[in-house]
Amino acid sequence: MQSQTPIRPSLFDSPAGPNPLDQEHLLGRGIARVDGPLKVSGRAPYAYEVHDPSNTALVGVLVLSTVAQGSIRTLDAVAAEHAPGVRLVLTHRNMQRQGGPASEHCKPQMADATVRQNGQVVALVVADSFEQANAAAAMVAVAYDVKPALTDLAAGVPQATVPPPRSPSQPVDTNVGDFAQGFAAAAVKIDATYTTPHQAHAMMEPHASMAVWDGDHLTLHTSHQMLSTCAQTLASTLLLRPDQVRVLSPYIGGGFGSKLVTYADAILSATAARQLGRPVKIALTRPQVFGQTTHRTATIQRVRLGADADGTLRAIGHESWSGNQQGQTFYETAANQTRLLYAAHDRMTAHRQVRLDLPLASSMRAPGEAVGLLALECAMDELAERLRMDPVALRVRNDTQYDPEKGPSRPFSSRRLTECLHEGAARFGWEKRSPVPGQRREGQWLVGMGMASAIRNVALKPSNAEATLDGRGILTVGTAMTDIGTGTYTILTQIAGEMLGLPPERVVMQLGDTDLPEASGSGGSFGAASSGSAVYYACAQLRIALARRAGFDPARSRFENGQIIQDGRAVSLASLAGAQGIAATGGIKPGDLLKKYAQASFGAHFAEVGVDADTGEVRVRRMLGVFGIGRVLNASTARSQAIGGMIFGIGAALMEDVVPDRRHGDFVNHDLAEYHVPVHADVPAVEAYFVEEVDPIANPLKAKGVGELGICGAGAAVANAIYNASGVRIRDYPMTLDKVLAGLPDQA
Amino acid sequence: MTPFDYARAGDTAAAVRMGSVAGARYLGGGTNLVDLMRENIEQPASLVDVTGLGSAIEERADGTVWIGAAARNTAIAGHAAIRRRYPALSRAILAGASGQIRNMATLGGNLLQRTRCTYFYDDAARCNKREPGSGCDAIDGFNRIHAILGASVACVATHPSDMCVALAALDAVVHLEGSAGARTLPFDALHRLPGGRPDRDTELQPGELVTGIELPSLAFAARSTYRKVRDRSSYAFALVSVAAALDVGGDGTVRDVRIALGGVAHKPWRAHIAEQSLRGQPATEASFRAAAAAELADAAPLTHNAFKPELARRTIVAVLSGLTETPMKEMAP
Ligand SMILES: Cc1cc2nc3c(=O)[nH]c(=O)nc-3n(C[C@H](O)[C@H](O)[C@H](O)COP(=O)(O)OP(=O)(O)OC[C@H]3O[C@@H](n4cnc5c(N)ncnc54)[C@H](O)[C@@H]3O)c2cc1C
Repeated sequence: MQSQTPIRPSLFDSPAGPNPLDQEHLLGRGIARVDGPLKVSGRAPYAYEVHDPSNTALVGVLVLSTVAQGSIRTLDAVAAEHAPGVRLVLTHRNMQRQGGPASEHCKPQMADATVRQNGQVVALVVADSFEQANAAAAMVAVAYDVKPALTDLAAGVPQATVPPPRSPSQPVDTNVGDFAQGFAAAAVKIDATYTTPHQAHAMMEPHASMAVWDGDHLTLHTSHQMLSTCAQTLASTLLLRPDQVRVLSPYIGGGFGSKLVTYADAILSATAARQLGRPVKIALTRPQVFGQTTHRTATIQRVRLGADADGTLRAIGHESWSGNQQGQTFYETAANQTRLLYAAHDRMTAHRQVRLDLPLASSMRAPGEAVGLLALECAMDELAERLRMDPVALRVRNDTQYDPEKGPSRPFSSRRLTECLHEGAARFGWEKRSPVPGQRREGQWLVGMGMASAIRNVALKPSNAEATLDGRGILTVGTAMTDIGTGTYTILTQIAGEMLGLPPERVVMQLGDTDLPEASGSGGSFGAASSGSAVYYACAQLRIALARRAGFDPARSRFENGQIIQDGRAVSLASLAGAQGIAATGGIKPGDLLKKYAQASFGAHFAEVGVDADTGEVRVRRMLGVFGIGRVLNASTARSQAIGGMIFGIGAALMEDVVPDRRHGDFVNHDLAEYHVPVHADVPAVEAYFVEEVDPIANPLKAKGVGELGICGAGAAVANAIYNASGVRIRDYPMTLDKVLAGLPDQA
Repeated sequence: MTPFDYARAGDTAAAVRMGSVAGARYLGGGTNLVDLMRENIEQPASLVDVTGLGSAIEERADGTVWIGAAARNTAIAGHAAIRRRYPALSRAILAGASGQIRNMATLGGNLLQRTRCTYFYDDAARCNKREPGSGCDAIDGFNRIHAILGASVACVATHPSDMCVALAALDAVVHLEGSAGARTLPFDALHRLPGGRPDRDTELQPGELVTGIELPSLAFAARSTYRKVRDRSSYAFALVSVAAALDVGGDGTVRDVRIALGGVAHKPWRAHIAEQSLRGQPATEASFRAAAAAELADAAPLTHNAFKPELARRTIVAVLSGLTETPMKEMAP
């Protein structure tokens, strides 16, 4: 961050009072994406398309290991080095000195001959053209001494270990009351084990970087969700000071968590560019994305629910096993949401880690909840059936207004789960669902409905911004935030415009540059809240500065139509800014409200599916999600996030499954032809609806998160609909036709 | 990518001349071949572009229909005569790939496209089809999409085409042109079972060119259809598919029938056993079930595709039952 004026962020430690955003003149409206025209006309360059002004950029192609464990026995790069156009071949034998040891924020490449996973870089070939580099890369001959690899999660369960806690607020295990006793004493019980497979982010844009050096200063054009951690990783790995690194990532073709980590494209383009004295760019191929970058790990989850005959939950237990490489601290927090979702006196959650010698496991859209709810919300469906109770009513019965582990001293900041459930049931026509499965048939189709609750944690991260008004009345707002396709440019434009009474055309947003004030980045559904609060505070400071310049009382002046107005007197902002312009900075520093209050977004999913009685094929017919996300910042982008998440849920329920090869430790179906995500034809009428809500405890925007909520529970609603349609209960995701077929009766 | 020569053939003779040179490959729409070149699976020395050769689709006086090898998949599927007289073919094409790919893909290229076995596509894996004698990683690997009929210890790959399943059912005739002259092959004799030579997908001689196919005059093919079973609604290869045509006499018995299966073997699988057992039998679900069971009696599933025999049986029964029920006017796709 190189802003001239030091930013003094505001401590957010008490609920927000009334503020100009409450006007909702601009905020909340579904205005079209401000970056839309650039994107659809090809004028928003993604990392690999950035034009190198010197026109001297070289192209690198990575060679990745093809075994999971072992070491490089021989590596012959002679042919590649002599191939046409080749400038450099880097291997573990000639790598420059790097930082270490490897950690979350230090990513040395080719540091030695040890192979720790399939998909690790063993060579980089840099040539004048992509074709030359690609042809030469194929000539690099590597032989390995291979060691056996652990690739099966279930097989590793007996050796599972207790991982270190992710953070002080996220213990690995929790125990409240006496689960064993409560469960044993319950009138009605469910004890079921669910499995979820490895999944891939499958974002559209593959990871890519172009490194340009100016003396000993590095500029990296890349595709990254969180620029400060990218810069930090580059600095620690390349042994640079933080101020020697600038990262640019203004346009990003999707991330879903995959671009929270810095990979070989970034590190090695910088390494090679420094050595060659010319810009170097590297893009991963789609198959390389599956091996070199992260994925969501498979899980095995055991859920135990004990209830009274009237459906009141007495005991909730949720245990989860997930996999990662040895020494990695990331584990899938699949039981975390179970600590918050339903009331019950006796409860336990636990996470265990299994060593898997596969590519790195890490965050994918809604880490924890996305797969945790696939298990918990199916178990709730199974419990409802055993209780002969409506699944919606069961959830309403066990709703709570406070953190069920901590008690009434920790209320929810806002929680409208019951409203979402009722609203959704009414809009969806839930009353038409038969409680007995397999009752509705339309031609070859067995038709059924299912539902599930949605919950996703709310978070707030430190974030800063600067706002400058020029003499033409144009407001330029800068923050090192990213827009990964979610609509960040647009909602920040709306926040800034709302604060200063300017239409969107008069606001210029600058994102994706570490020279701008440091920001939260995009991840964990905290991006809009955190960066939006920073923009709010910067604009609030600018309002004060403008009011003072006008001789007005900041507390009593209004900003409208490019003017500041007080007591019937109006002054144009442009004239106040003058030729020099006027600037202010601001930021947010989260206080302890997240400790005092439980904070989460909630919702309810409803799905109707058809199951082909002959083949077991499942097709979703319609879906509805009703969500409480605090203030809706933009009706259109919020809806896109919600239905996009729900479509992820369809994928998780029906098809997404990266399959490890137990011998090679790679993912067999490592491209988008064989790793199936929903196509248009799989996505029928999917609708999202938001209940009225503002949450002043969350942040000054009074908004919670929406980027991940849509996926949370969506897949379980589909799974429960499959059961209602066909009577086939599957506990092993994804629910491909072979699993359905195994439970179907003989052909009629 | 390894450098290669490119030439566009002006006529069949020129194509065959250029295509008979060692290392040459014919290029249709390139939707399969270019992918394989990018992955270093195919490394031709030269490409002979044959998209300028015959692409006509004509109904002939003798009742047959001719389709030139350069005809695009989209054009074939949309042709009025194909839709009316051979709906199974039209439907099979439309069930494949995507609109964009079908616009590029040619008849010849579709016939000669290579397997989608993930290990064939991964040059770090062992594959007897890609590298004869290297072994097969699919047999003990992830083999959900693999063969259950006619496979060998060397190869369990399947032929991926939808169109070819319909052509196998319809008894199409393949026209070829090579340096030794022209010849024809019945469609069922075009593709091979793997045996010990899985590197050979077809019975074509090196350099032999597909010039077109001929659809026989088969009146009851107007009552034909194609059913593709897959993991998502579109843009996925068949786990199992069935092309069938059914001719039921006034007395309710099966006069004639054509059935072919996709997704189950190294070639489009003509269900001769099922056809034989159905002729003269009552067109009832019981007969269909018995015929399907007979066809799949020798199915030999692998670790991950044990569902395929049952899926194939059920799909055959559903398709034949559907053909007995569907009024004629609803046949056209
Ligand atoms: C993502 C994806 C999904 C797909 N999904 C499906 C699907 O669901 N169902 C399906 O059926 N197909 C599917 N396909 C495959 C598609 O149908 C084939 O790629 C296409 O039909 C090939 O036709 P082409 O003209 O592009 O062939 P090319 O790629 O040009 O050639 C393929 C082969 O045919 C040879 N060849 C071409 N013309 C001749 C000729 N006249 N004589 C002799 N040899 C010739 C070439 O040398 C080459 O070996 C899919 C493809 C992709 C990329």
